[in-house]
Amino acid sequence: MASQKATEELNEPASKVELKSEAGGADAIPTYDITLQVRRYSPEISEEAHWDEFKLTMFGTDRVLDALHKVKWEIDGSLSFRRSCAHGICGSDAMRINGRNRLACKTLLKDLDLTKPITVEAIKGLPCEKDLIVDMEPFFQAYREVMPFLMNDGHEPERERYQSVEDRERFDDTTKCILCAACTSSCPVFWTDGQYFGPAAIVNAHRFIFDSRDDAGDMRLEILNDKEGVWRCRTTFNCTEACPRGIQITKAIAEVKQAIIARSL
Amino acid sequence: MQVHKYDVVIIGAGGAGMRAAIESGQRARTAVLTKLYPTRSHTGAAQGGMCAALANVEEDNWEWHTFDTVKGGDYLVDQDAAEVMAKEAIDAVLDLEKMGLPFNRTPEGRIDQRRFGGHTRDHGKAPVRRACYAADRTGHMILQTLYQNCVKHNVEFFNEYYVLDLIMVEDEDGKKRPAGVVSYDLATGDVHVFQAKSIVFASGGCGKIFKTTSNAHTLTGDGMAIALRNGIPLEDMEFVQFHPTGLAGLGILVSEAARGEGGILRNSEGERFMERYAPTIKDLAPRDIVARSMANEVREGRGCGPNKDYVLLDLTHLEPAHIDAKLPDITEFARTYLGVEPYTEPVPVFPTAHYAMGGIPTNIEAEVYANSEETIPGLYAAGEVACVSVHGSNRLGTNSLLDINVFGKRAGISAAEYAQTADFLPIPEDAANRTLELLGMLRDGTGTEKVGAIRKELQDVMDTDMQVFRTADTIKNALNVIANLEERYKNISVQDKGKRFNLDLLEAVELGFLLELAKVMSVAALHRQESRGGHFREDFPNRDDEKFMKHSMVYLDPEAETESIAGLRFDTKPVIFTRYEPMERKY
Repeated sequence: MASQKATEELNEPASKVELKSEAGGADAIPTYDITLQVRRYSPEISEEAHWDEFKLTMFGTDRVLDALHKVKWEIDGSLSFRRSCAHGICGSDAMRINGRNRLACKTLLKDLDLTKPITVEAIKGLPCEKDLIVDMEPFFQAYREVMPFLMNDGHEPERERYQSVEDRERFDDTTKCILCAACTSSCPVFWTDGQYFGPAAIVNAHRFIFDSRDDAGDMRLEILNDKEGVWRCRTTFNCTEACPRGIQITKAIAEVKQAIIARSL
Repeated sequence: MQVHKYDVVIIGAGGAGMRAAIESGQRARTAVLTKLYPTRSHTGAAQGGMCAALANVEEDNWEWHTFDTVKGGDYLVDQDAAEVMAKEAIDAVLDLEKMGLPFNRTPEGRIDQRRFGGHTRDHGKAPVRRACYAADRTGHMILQTLYQNCVKHNVEFFNEYYVLDLIMVEDEDGKKRPAGVVSYDLATGDVHVFQAKSIVFASGGCGKIFKTTSNAHTLTGDGMAIALRNGIPLEDMEFVQFHPTGLAGLGILVSEAARGEGGILRNSEGERFMERYAPTIKDLAPRDIVARSMANEVREGRGCGPNKDYVLLDLTHLEPAHIDAKLPDITEFARTYLGVEPYTEPVPVFPTAHYAMGGIPTNIEAEVYANSEETIPGLYAAGEVACVSVHGSNRLGTNSLLDINVFGKRAGISAAEYAQTADFLPIPEDAANRTLELLGMLRDGTGTEKVGAIRKELQDVMDTDMQVFRTADTIKNALNVIANLEERYKNISVQDKGKRFNLDLLEAVELGFLLELAKVMSVAALHRQESRGGHFREDFPNRDDEKFMKHSMVYLDPEAETESIAGLRFDTKPVIFTRYEPMERKY
């Protein structure tokens, strides 16, 4: 393993180095004004959704989530959205920002076109409950149906099961999934047919199908060979583009398709 | 109002809650109540690893791990608990591997291990490779693996159910016993009562007391505050871990694995300053020491940046391929949030509030203490919400992922076994009244104070006065501000008057928890006139074993007063020693 060698052979770093003058030294960060348009929906008040506009002064490293918080904490406490970790790892705050699915906590305002209003709305394809909050249950239902857990009927070893570095690498990409639903809710097939498993469920099936320790790959492939399974994917790549974790989702789906063919189910 | 009945109710679905649920669910009818979808829990943000003396890559044993844990905690650790944790660490890692966790592997295919702060070979001789890991998303993989296994075992979750109160009743001996919990369904705004024989708190920490924190917005100390309000003491709340490497200005965690893999800290002069503070293990000294050293560099004018208010984490001497293989997520955080390229530029970092060593006191079976001697049958706690105390006054890196697995499992087994022998206790008619009144007061209030403003002032003062350096003056100032904010809190109102997904209302409830816990934390810090682990008093810079080698226990008590603060009662609990006599802590 080359990378491991790197640590072993590493020389002790210098006790003192010349730092470049700009090292870590971002200049004082400017503030700027933005216009935020949020699609509001509150069935307790009205069955009709509408857009609210907010003018805000924001700060250099602020994210879309910071702008939403500014509205909620200073202007309109009823604005509702899910969030937790605020750095792209818990998967709570997937939403449509300027028409694209992204995590609000991972989208820096300064990276958006601030000459135009920033639009924020709930992800599509899942029932909207209130403002930016959708019903996640259908999403998790599809996830559960692919049996997203290791199955191994063999003799359980006393210590760990061995797995080669290469075998571990084989499914590394799909272990990154945080179940935020950005992919599934960006998929045009899922929008028109809510029965389709959707990319996230397939990603999580892939994570086990290609794990050398798992025995239930054929069962999962059979599930995904269903008419609502992988064959519905039309490789539009929306999912791959939407994934905040950079998972090569379309590739993973293609690998599952190939595995179904290879095992001639 | 709906009433549900389960043998075991687990509050929280992070690592500890789900590890408990996997055990409990196979033995007794179990419900998990969680304010977040389980995979949103903050266990998922843990990065670096989980230590266990597997000795897969070099000689190691659980006794060395126990010693490191005790020394790392500056001897305030209950040594029986540390020993249990270090011994059971090995099975805890193997359990996770068998559940499917994709650990990084050695060339032979075994679980790989790497270095981490404070973990040493043979009682401090040199750093040891003890941390099992999955790149720099070990917590993510633990959370996913535990959730996957909960799905496998059909664990019953009540997602987005906020537990807001514990129902305690008196048994025939006049002792308080848990009968159930009161919870709030975020989707509908309905209050549900869950009757249970056993209740497990696994609701995590309270990092949102501080402004600069690695913690999620949702880490508001709910479980700790609910226990406190029900007469249960909180232990060692003055001890907060400030993780050395938060992204400057943001507090987002950059794993200690960055230093475990060879990264080092430098000041504005380019100096590797940890050589001065911890000559033997340098940048891999325990977190309290590194955090204080960093803050000291900044204080003495050797900070970097336009305001000279941070130091630098230097990875530029590492191979980019090595960084990509071992630290992909955290280097991406630096790129995304600070626009810094870690291959070629050092990353601005500063200490960030990370972990509460204190919490609900428990013994090694995860049973909650009612006071310094007796436990409460049927009530359990595990993970960051609990204080068992394996971390003492400073937790070693990786030991929290270990804690949730070892004591989560123990809590699940204890709770289920107790439920198999116990009867349900009757739920009083008025069990939910206190919660309904609180919600009504906040929702219908017409005051002028806003949650966001009060919370910000609390977080600001805690960052200024209760961070890595404390004095009697700063702590008293924090207490004054908190008292003022508590008054203002009574005059609060929320704008969202609806029932569905009223997070405005819940944030107001959470702010009440934060204020109460900040007060307890500050009072305990004022009382402890010594410096130990994460608690550093500039006016008492030395450890004082004679006076303070004991756990703090703070109770809510309207009749009492502690450190001139009305309504709190202070007591202590002895530290448990087994093998190790306290020594001076040098690295």
